[in-house]
Amino acid sequence: MIDFVRRSPILVGAIALILLVSMFSSVMIIPETKQAIIVQLGKPNRVLNGYEPGHKIGTRGAGINYRIPFIESVVWLDKRVRAVDMERQQVLSTDQRRLEVDAFARYRIVQPTQMYISARSEERLEAALRPILGSQLRNELGKRSFASLLSPEREGAMGSIRSGLNRVARQYGVEVIDVRIKKADLPEGTPLDSAFAQMRSARQQEARSIRAEGAKRAQIIRAQADAEAAKTYAAAFGKDPQFYDFYRAMQSYETTFVGDGNGKSSPTNVILSPQNDYLREFTGRTR
Amino acid sequence: MSIFTGWGDRARGLFADNKGPWGSSGGGDGEEPPAPGSPGPWREPPKRSRRPGLPGGGNVASFDEFLKRSRAKFGGDGGGGLPSQPKGSVIAWGVLAFVLVALLFTTWHRIAPEERGVVTRFGRYNHTLAPGVGITLPWPVDRVSKVDVENIREIPIGSGQEETLMLTRDQNIIDIAYQVRWRIREPEQYLFALAEPDETIREVAESAMRAVIANVSLQGAMGNQRGEIEARVAEEMQSTLDQYRSGVQVQGISLRQADPPAAVNDAFKEVTAAQQEAQRYVNDSNAYALQLGQKAQGDATAFDKVYEQYKLAPEVTRRRMYYETMERVLQRVDKTIVEAPGVNSYLPLNELRRSAPKEPSQ
Repeated sequence: MIDFVRRSPILVGAIALILLVSMFSSVMIIPETKQAIIVQLGKPNRVLNGYEPGHKIGTRGAGINYRIPFIESVVWLDKRVRAVDMERQQVLSTDQRRLEVDAFARYRIVQPTQMYISARSEERLEAALRPILGSQLRNELGKRSFASLLSPEREGAMGSIRSGLNRVARQYGVEVIDVRIKKADLPEGTPLDSAFAQMRSARQQEARSIRAEGAKRAQIIRAQADAEAAKTYAAAFGKDPQFYDFYRAMQSYETTFVGDGNGKSSPTNVILSPQNDYLREFTGRTR
Repeated sequence: MSIFTGWGDRARGLFADNKGPWGSSGGGDGEEPPAPGSPGPWREPPKRSRRPGLPGGGNVASFDEFLKRSRAKFGGDGGGGLPSQPKGSVIAWGVLAFVLVALLFTTWHRIAPEERGVVTRFGRYNHTLAPGVGITLPWPVDRVSKVDVENIREIPIGSGQEETLMLTRDQNIIDIAYQVRWRIREPEQYLFALAEPDETIREVAESAMRAVIANVSLQGAMGNQRGEIEARVAEEMQSTLDQYRSGVQVQGISLRQADPPAAVNDAFKEVTAAQQEAQRYVNDSNAYALQLGQKAQGDATAFDKVYEQYKLAPEVTRRRMYYETMERVLQRVDKTIVEAPGVNSYLPLNELRRSAPKEPSQ
């Protein structure tokens, strides 16, 4: 053996190399995130680490696997949940209003062989699903009024979009797990501006009504205060209207002619007749 | 130590040779006999017993010394059962050292308290390492992905210059900025379930927020329903992410901003101004009411007091009040008394007129 190696090292090296290469190409390591399709001379032969519902990670599938070198080749497909992002779509509601919708779908490759035959790669699959998602969305949401378009989840629209998309996706060996609307906006320009204008006028109306309400409350408070004061006065003065008349007249004279104490009194000329009651004693007459 | 298979034993043997952390006595039983006829340092193990001079606690740090010593030995006595080629043995020892270091680095894994180490053996998920020191098979066999499960990650959505406009139930538009806080609950699911985890979480958050906002009114979203919105978005996100089996835990949503868009902000400010104005009206009226009420009570009480006294001696009181008032009035005013009837007095009208225009200014 050793003698043979000594005699023809090149031949031995070549054999060793071939052995090594075929050993390495017959062993393959499948990560948890990938499904492997073994293609035997162009024909998909078997699937390794394929997706199974309810499968627990690490129990089987991934890891070291073997194939026949040079005859079998491997095609890798993703085992994880992947996304199809849709371009923005304008959706027209039944009441002729527009909404720009941005949606995404999450899917998983459940039948790798099917998927490999019909689409070859994830990118091509996604390119095929994208327009279908768009048209499903338009069809489904176009049946609704604008108000219900805002929250399509409430009426199960997303469920029917998903099942519509799934009908197509199944042909590709793919399962759509979820379809969601990421954004639903009014288109730029007139629709958005008119929405802003509507908001603005609504606010102005609100502001006006708040002011009016405030004024109303203020007026009521004043009126109540007036009434309360009148009641207080009436209760006090009603005891003797005649004395009130006199008492108030005295106060009134003082305020009118003298001022209320802090203000200067206006220069007033008073012309008194001797017959005035105040001057009754002035004349020296007896009663 | 049951996880060690043949490879592990070999590694252990090599470590034992090195007086590594396992010590020299540990690996004796798992020793593989050196392949016959293969030259190199693997012939070395039988010689170990002849080297008691090595310090017992010798560690990797004294590796240089160890190398030097062995090299001296190889070169020195020459007949250690090895092909006596000093150069070749140095290279062999170098390779061995490299392999040892590589093994050490790939079998020992320090897992920090907040981390978990997901071990895949030839690509297949094997187990998850808890915090501490984890020992796995060396590199090509086992690989460890360290995942931080305690760190709460944050995704800010809708901040900065651009507005994130959303439609509310009452078809108003609101500008929203929020933050999603999440962490990895199950690292193995997180690593293997989603193609783009971060992007997925972001999209799910956006979708959930839009769905929730579309179900509340503008006033609710701006004010009193914020807590409810946060809770509902978190809940919705969690259920969606669980559906993907993503191993992600949504810790919470915080709405940082829920404002009217800039285009209509002025109108909203006007509402605030109107509210303040209305409040001012009411406050003014309240002040007036208070003042008036106090005055009325004061007046009434004053009247009552006087009236009590008046009732005791009506006539006298009345006259007294009359004279006192008249006194105060007349002492301040210019008085003219026309005495006799029939006397036509001269009224100084000019003077009266002169003083009249001053009145308003006083």
